[in-house]
Amino acid sequence: MLTNEEVAKDLIRQFGEDVYDFDDPHGLLTLSTTREQLIPMLQYLKDHSLYQISFLTDITGVHFPDDPNPAREFCVVYHLHGLVQNFRIRIKVFLAEADLHIPTASTLYASANWMERETYDFFGILFDGHPNLTRILNMDDMDYFPMRKQYELEDPTRQDKIDELFGR
Amino acid sequence: MTTEELELINKSKSGVAVPGGEPVQYVNELTTLNLGPTHPATHGIFQNILQMDGEKIVSGEQTIGYIHRAFEKIAERRPFYQITTLTDRMNYCSSPINNMGWHMTVEKLLDITVPKRAQYIRVIMMELARIADHLICNGILGVDCGAYSGFLYLMEERENIYEIYEEICGARLTTNMGRIGGMERDLSPEAIRKIRAFLKRYPKVLHEFGNMFNRNRIFMDRIVDVGGISAERALSYGFTGPNLRAAGVDYDVRVMNPYSSYEDFEFDIPVGKSGDTFDRYMVRNEEMWQSLRIIEQALENLPEGPYYADAPEYYLPPKKEVYRNMEALIYHFKIVMGEIDAPVGEVYHAVEGGNGELGFYLISDGGRTPYRLHFRRPSFIYYQAYPEMCKGRTLSDAIVIMSSLNVIAGELDA
Repeated sequence: MLTNEEVAKDLIRQFGEDVYDFDDPHGLLTLSTTREQLIPMLQYLKDHSLYQISFLTDITGVHFPDDPNPAREFCVVYHLHGLVQNFRIRIKVFLAEADLHIPTASTLYASANWMERETYDFFGILFDGHPNLTRILNMDDMDYFPMRKQYELEDPTRQDKIDELFGR
Repeated sequence: MTTEELELINKSKSGVAVPGGEPVQYVNELTTLNLGPTHPATHGIFQNILQMDGEKIVSGEQTIGYIHRAFEKIAERRPFYQITTLTDRMNYCSSPINNMGWHMTVEKLLDITVPKRAQYIRVIMMELARIADHLICNGILGVDCGAYSGFLYLMEERENIYEIYEEICGARLTTNMGRIGGMERDLSPEAIRKIRAFLKRYPKVLHEFGNMFNRNRIFMDRIVDVGGISAERALSYGFTGPNLRAAGVDYDVRVMNPYSSYEDFEFDIPVGKSGDTFDRYMVRNEEMWQSLRIIEQALENLPEGPYYADAPEYYLPPKKEVYRNMEALIYHFKIVMGEIDAPVGEVYHAVEGGNGELGFYLISDGGRTPYRLHFRRPSFIYYQAYPEMCKGRTLSDAIVIMSSLNVIAGELDA
């Protein structure tokens, strides 16, 4: 069985200062990297003879508009799973709103194609090199990215749902 | 036929005047065919724009999102326990699995340990749901091959499963039967009797269904070596569940990352070889037998004790308590009004859904609603591979492949 420490130490050895923010919430190794090192890291984890982390579980995005650091406003989260060692890992890449480019993982995983389209559709993150980066669940002529936090779900003019009125 | 006549025919086909004596070159034009969005054989609203060369499918392009309901956005404004109602509208063929998966995710975030009895009841419900999911898939596969009778055999059994749900929680399709911290209510003696009756009756039905289909020449001709996908390709596409196991990879979340005390039960993982439609059908068939085994063991060893965890801040108290007990009333109010905050955290939890790995990725910022919730929906992942699996096959094969992939529109679009 692989332990989180082993993999973390090895990744630090391999990628140096480009991996940071190590954590293991609920036992799942979580780390952040830069977008330049993302694809090499995915490739390294996939080709490594021991880890064989070659199953892409999920790609999704998160929006943190309240983060004081504007370079951390958007986050792309990759969940990977090594089926041989039963080892899961979560890789995050933070992006600034002014520069939402990130290389596509669809060169490594066929499944990344639609997952990235979904992330683009909801957050507007641009996956460079993606074969067909168009909206997938929403309409093509939509001109905003609905999962961003500035788009409130409910009508903000409604007075009966204001938290203060309920003492929250 | 005279040469003049032949020339005339050639003229009419190519649409241009042919100078006498020169051979005519036919341009192989592709036909664009819309399969769907609403087509009786697509089992949902999704469009396939197929490029056909005669009967052969050359390429395809999919359009989805027709029933996109923005669950992930809605979830950002709902207290945790209200999200249950969103999850069971995803894969509506096996809604208890979605419910339980969501509750287990929240329990992981809140660090609640669920008592054994509740875990076993959950296992029973999840396996019943898996049977309901698989039998509909296999039954519909028969319908798509023109065999309606098998579907009717199985439909009656789904009705019986729905009656068990009804006995437990009052609902049939969108069940909501779990709660954060346990079950909404205990298994009543009547429910146990119904489950036992189902366990007794269902093997006979499954045998009969198998006898009708498994070696049926017409059925075999339609599904053997149709829509095969190699294990490597399936893994690259992110396949999980029966569709991956049919390709020969024995990945099952229940075994690899056991949840809800699945490690207590003995069962096998059926694995196919070629990943074609026949293997997918057989894997689902065999999994129903394994589910029956699990339910039998869980019912046999059902532990005594409470059916919900001692977590009054999160478990919605039973209604009987709410009427009599002041504390329960306060907590009931606080939970229903969404007054109770969850801790800060980040969770990924996966369950083996009817279709494969159903994952919940949850980020909590310490508020009463999730900051971000993402569903890893297996149908969304399968459907991507559909054009590749159809390539070079006929239209009638395409129908069968879609049916055996078990793409559920509610889960695909979420």
